[in-house]
Amino acid sequence: MKKLNKLYFSALSGSFGHIVKRDELPWWKSWLIRVVSVILALIVCGFVTVSLTDLNPIEMYITMVEGAIGTSRLTWNLFQNTAILLCVALAVTPAFKMKFWNIGAEGQILIGGFATAACMIFLEGKISEPLLIPLMLVLSIIAGAIWGLVPAYFKTRFNSNETLFTLMMNYVAIQIVAYYTLEWSMPKGSGTPRTLDYGQLPVLFGQKYLVNILVVALLTVLVYIYLKYSKQGYEISVVGESEKTARYIGINVKKVVLRTMAISGALCGVAGFLLVAGTDHSLKSDTSGGRGFTAIMVSWLAKFNPIFMILTSLLIVFLQKGASKISEVYRLNSSFADIITGIIIFFIIGSEFFINYKIKLNKKEGNV
Amino acid sequence: MEQNIALELKNITKTFGKVVANKNVSLKVRKGEILSILGENGSGKTTLMNMVSGIYFPDSGQIFADGKEIVIASPKDAFDHKIGMIHQHFKLVDVFSAAENIVLGLEDEKGFDMPCYIEKIKEITEQYGFELDPYKKIYEMSVSEKQTVEIVKVLFRGADILILDEPTAVLTPQETVKLFKVLRNMREDGKAIIIITHKLHEVLSLSDNVAVLRKGEYIGTVKTAETNEAQLTEMMVGKKISLNIERSEPENVSDRLVVENINCVDREGIKLLDNVSFSARSGEILGIAGIAGSGQRELLEAIAGLQHLDGGSIIYNNPKTGESENLRDKTPLEIRQMGVRLAFVPEDRLGMGLVGNMDIIDNMMLRSYKKGKSVFLQRKKPKSLAEEIIERLEVVTPSAYTPVRRLSGGNVQKILVGREIASSPTVLMAAYPVRGLDINSSYTIYNLLNEQKKKGVAVIFVGEDLDVLVELCDRIMVIGSGRITGIVDGRNTTKEEIGILMTKSADNEQNGGEQ
Amino acid sequence: MITTIIQRAVMQGTPLLFGSTGEILTEKSGHLNLGIPGIMYVGAISGVAGSFLYEQSVAQINPLLAVIIPLICSLVGSTLMGLIYCFLTVSLRANQNVTGLALTTFGIGIGNFFGGSLIKLVDTDIPSIALSKTSNCFKTQLPFADNLGWFGDIFLSYGFLVYVAIIVALISSHILNKTRVGLHLRAVGESPETADAAGINVTKYKYLSTCIGSAIAGLGGLYYVMDYANGVWSNNGFGDRGWLSIALVIFSVWRPSISILGSMLFGFLYVIPTYIPGISVSAKKLFEMLPYVVTIIVLIITSMRDKKENQPPAALGLPYFREER
Repeated sequence: MKKLNKLYFSALSGSFGHIVKRDELPWWKSWLIRVVSVILALIVCGFVTVSLTDLNPIEMYITMVEGAIGTSRLTWNLFQNTAILLCVALAVTPAFKMKFWNIGAEGQILIGGFATAACMIFLEGKISEPLLIPLMLVLSIIAGAIWGLVPAYFKTRFNSNETLFTLMMNYVAIQIVAYYTLEWSMPKGSGTPRTLDYGQLPVLFGQKYLVNILVVALLTVLVYIYLKYSKQGYEISVVGESEKTARYIGINVKKVVLRTMAISGALCGVAGFLLVAGTDHSLKSDTSGGRGFTAIMVSWLAKFNPIFMILTSLLIVFLQKGASKISEVYRLNSSFADIITGIIIFFIIGSEFFINYKIKLNKKEGNV
Repeated sequence: MEQNIALELKNITKTFGKVVANKNVSLKVRKGEILSILGENGSGKTTLMNMVSGIYFPDSGQIFADGKEIVIASPKDAFDHKIGMIHQHFKLVDVFSAAENIVLGLEDEKGFDMPCYIEKIKEITEQYGFELDPYKKIYEMSVSEKQTVEIVKVLFRGADILILDEPTAVLTPQETVKLFKVLRNMREDGKAIIIITHKLHEVLSLSDNVAVLRKGEYIGTVKTAETNEAQLTEMMVGKKISLNIERSEPENVSDRLVVENINCVDREGIKLLDNVSFSARSGEILGIAGIAGSGQRELLEAIAGLQHLDGGSIIYNNPKTGESENLRDKTPLEIRQMGVRLAFVPEDRLGMGLVGNMDIIDNMMLRSYKKGKSVFLQRKKPKSLAEEIIERLEVVTPSAYTPVRRLSGGNVQKILVGREIASSPTVLMAAYPVRGLDINSSYTIYNLLNEQKKKGVAVIFVGEDLDVLVELCDRIMVIGSGRITGIVDGRNTTKEEIGILMTKSADNEQNGGEQ
Repeated sequence: MITTIIQRAVMQGTPLLFGSTGEILTEKSGHLNLGIPGIMYVGAISGVAGSFLYEQSVAQINPLLAVIIPLICSLVGSTLMGLIYCFLTVSLRANQNVTGLALTTFGIGIGNFFGGSLIKLVDTDIPSIALSKTSNCFKTQLPFADNLGWFGDIFLSYGFLVYVAIIVALISSHILNKTRVGLHLRAVGESPETADAAGINVTKYKYLSTCIGSAIAGLGGLYYVMDYANGVWSNNGFGDRGWLSIALVIFSVWRPSISILGSMLFGFLYVIPTYIPGISVSAKKLFEMLPYVVTIIVLIITSMRDKKENQPPAALGLPYFREER
C-alpha cells in the first residue's frame, strides 16, 4: 500500500508518468483484477486479525466460514440477511443508474417499516391477516415512495442537491420512528419495543425467513427485467448517460426522475415491510441497521447489475457474519466485522482504478 | 534579424493521428503590430496558436521570442515568455469576482493584498480603456465583460504578446467596436497582438498584416493596406477543387418546411436567430453555410423542438394528409405524435445523437423504443436494423453489441445517419455530418443524403467545407450572426460568393434575409 | 437556568462545530466526504487509546502531557483516515459517496471495536475505560471563570477545546475568504479545470484540505469523549453527531463563521427538551429531528433562491482529471 502510494504520488506530480483511460478490458481481465483485490484484502484482514488475536490466518478463515454457514440456522440467517440487503441494493439501483444519488435508503426503509408496524398495531384483530398483510405491503410501498419523491421533487423543481437532501431525510425518518417506538413500547415509555404478533408473514415449510427470501428473489428478477427489458428501464439508462440525448429523443426527464425515485423509495419500503413483518416483528430506530448505506456499496460494486448484486451482497453479509463469529470466539467487540468489511470495500473500490485506467510512463524529452 | 520582432514561428508542423493540422507554418509578429490570422473553420488557426500558448507541443519547427529560440511546453512556459492567450471558451470561476479571477494562480512573495491588486487592475483598465468593475461577479457578467476579464488577466501577468481566438464571435457590433479600440490602444503601447478570425471586414479595419491559413497550410502574409476582400477571400478559400459529388436534378419540388421570421435570444439577450425565414423543399438538398456558431445549431434545434423561440412560425406541410401544421415550441415527442417524420443528425454525435456506453442495437432503439403498447422493449427490429446498417454502410465493428463509444468517428456517424434515415423521414437535417470523417466515409454520407433527396425528402445540410456545399447542394443558404445573409443557387454560385456572404455581419449589411 | 441551557448548548454544539468546519474545508475542495462520522469516531478513539496507555503507564499524570498525548494521537488517527479517503478518491478516482460511506462503516467499526476491546487487548484488570484524570485536564476552566458570575459561566466556563473549535472556525473562515490559499482552494472546488489552467496544483489542494479537514473533524470526537462525556467511552455514545455535522455544513451555507452560531443553535435544539416541563421522553425524539428539518428547509430555500454564493461548491462530488491531449 505504501509503495503504491508513493508510486501514485510521483505519477500524479507528472515526474513519473501520466494516467490515461484505457480501452475496455476483456471481462475476464477485469474480474481477475477484482478477485486479486479481494484476495489482497483478505490477506490484509488476516494480518489485522492475527495482530489482534492469537489466531493463525487459516484458523481465522475457518472460524469465519463456521460463523457464516456453520449450522443450518446460521445459513438461514445468512440468506435472510443477504436477502434484505439485496432488496435495498435493488431499490437504490434504478436511482443510481439515473445518476441520482439516493443515499436516503435508510430513511425510506424505516418509513416503510413504520407503515407496516402502524398497520400491525392499529388493525390488530380488526381485519383478517390475509387482508392485512397486502394492506401493510401497499402502505409500506406508498410510504417509501413518498420519502423518495420528496427529494426528487425538489431536485426537478429547484435543482436541490439530492445527495444532501436524501441524507437529511434519513434522520427525519429515524427520529419519527424513535418517537413511535417509545410511544408504542410495552409498557408505554419503557423503551422496550412492542412485539408485533398480528400480521406476521407466514412461516413456509417450517422456515421463518423463506417468505422474505422468495420475495427478494422475485424482486431481483423483476428489477433485472425492468432495467434491462422495459421501456422505462431504457429511459432510466438514457437519462443517466446523457440528459441531452434524453431531451433530443423526447424523453420527459423530470417525469423519469420522479418516477424512478418513487420506485426506488417503494422498493426500500418493501425492505422495511419485510424487516418488520418477516424478520424482527418489531420496529426500532435501528431496524434498518445501516443497510441503506451498505446497499449503496453492494449496488456499486456490482456495477448496478442485479444478478451480480446477489454475489456482492452475499460477500458482504458473509464477511460480517464470519467476522462476528471471530469476535464472539475471541470475545472481541462485534464491530470487528465493520473493520473487515471496510478494508475489503476499500480494496475493491481501489481496484476499479486499475480496470479503468493505466499508467503511461513518460518518455524522456530532451529539451524540457 | 529585425530588432522588434516579438514572436516568430518557423516551419511549425503538428499532426493528430493521421490528420495534419499544421504543415510548415511560419509567421512573424512585431511589437506594436496587430496580426490577423485568417482562415476558414478547420484551417488550423487555433491549433497553431495553442502551440504558442503551451496547450499543444509542435511535432517539429521552432519558436522564437525576442530573437531567441524558446520551448513552450506548458501554459506556464508561455506566461514566462510573456505570451498570453484568450481562448474562445473562457476559463473563469463563476462565483468569483473579476479581481479574484484575475489574480487566481499567481504566486506573489509579497503576500495576498487584494486592495493593491485592485489598484493595479484599475491602472490597467484605465491605461487601455477597458470598462471593468473588479468587484463584479462573473455570473453577473455579459460575455463581453467576461472577455474583458480574460484580457485583463493576461495583461495583469505582464503579457506583451496577446493572442485572441475569435474574440468577436460572441460580441455585439457595439462591443466589437469597443474591443477594437482597446486593442489599438495596446498596439500603441507596443504590445504584439494576434487575432484569429475569419471575418474579413474586421481584418481590414483592425490589423496591420494578415496571415492566411488554408487546410493547415500557410498560404502567405500580406499587408492589410495593400490587399482587399477579393484577394483575401481567394487566399482563404483557394481554387475550386472538383470533388465529383453526384448531384441529380430535383424532382417534384414543393415546400415541405416553411420557416418564417423566427427569433431566438439567449440568456444574455444576444440574438442567436434574427428574423430567419426560408423554406426547405422536398426532393432538394438545402445547404446551410456560415461561420461556426452563427446560429446553425439553434436553427436546427428549433425545428427539432429543442429550442424555445421568441417569435415566428415553422410550418410543416404534411405530404400524406396535405395539412399544414405549426411546429413552433412543440416538444420532440409532440412533433412525432403529430405524424411529422423529422430526422435530425446533430453536431454532437456521442453527446446528443447517440449514447456512447450503449451498444449499437440499443442506440437504434432511441428513436423507436416507445412504439407499441407493450411495456417491454422490442429488440428484434432494432437488431435487424443494426445488422442491416452495419452491412449496408460497411460499419467496422466487432458486433452489433459493441458500445458505440468504441467505434471510430466515421463508423459512429454511419450508425447515427443510418438510424435517422431508417425512420423514412420527410425532412432530414444533418449538422456537419462529415466532420472528422475520412474520404470514403464522407462519400458514403453524401450518397445517403442524395438517396434521401431522390426519395422526395427535404434535406437540410449544414456544412463547413465550401467545396462540398457547392457541389452537393441545390440551394445554399448563408447565415451570419443569426441572420440570413443570402440564399444562392448551388449550381450557379462560387465559393467566393458564399465566402463573402459568410463574412458579412450584422453591422455592414442591410439587404440580406428577404430572398 | 438560562445560563445552564446556554452552557449545555455550547457543549453539545462544539463537536458539531469541529465536524462541520472540517467538512467545509473538505467540501470547498470539491469533495463530499461522507466519511466524517467515521473520522470523528476514529479521532475520539485514537485520543482515548493514547490517553489510556499513558494513564496506565505512569502513576501520576503530568497535566500537560495528559492533554498533548491524546491530542496528537487524535490528530494522527483522523488524518490517516483522511489520507485513505484522499488516496481512493483523488488518486484512484473512486466514487466519493461510496468511499465516504465505506470510511464511515470502517471508522465507526474501529471506534467501537477498540472502545470495547482496549482493556482486553492490554490485559489489565480495570472494569471499564474511564479516563477521569485526563478528562479533568481537558475540562480545566479558565482561572477566573468562577468569579465573574453569569458572564464567567456563559463565556469562560468551558474546557479549552471549545475555544479551539471557535478559533479554528474563525481561522478557517479567514483563510477561505481573505487569503490566496483560500482563493485557490475555492477555485479548486468550483472549477478544477480553471484552477488547473491557472497553474494551481489541484491534487495538492485536495489532499491538504481533506486531510486537514479530517484532522479538525476528529477533534470533535476527542472533545466529546474527553470533555463532554468525562472521559468515559461508551460504544455508539457519539451517536449521529457526525451526520449532524454534515447537516450543519448545509445549514451554514458552507461558511465556518455561520457554523459557529449554527452549532450553538443545533446544540440548543438538542438540549432544550430537557428543560421543557412535562415533556415526555418520546417527544424528545421529535425535538431531535428539528436540526435535520431546519437543514432541509435551508437546503430548499437556498436552491429556490438560487443565489450563486449560497450553493454547494460547483464541482462538489465530481471527480477531476485533466483531459488527455
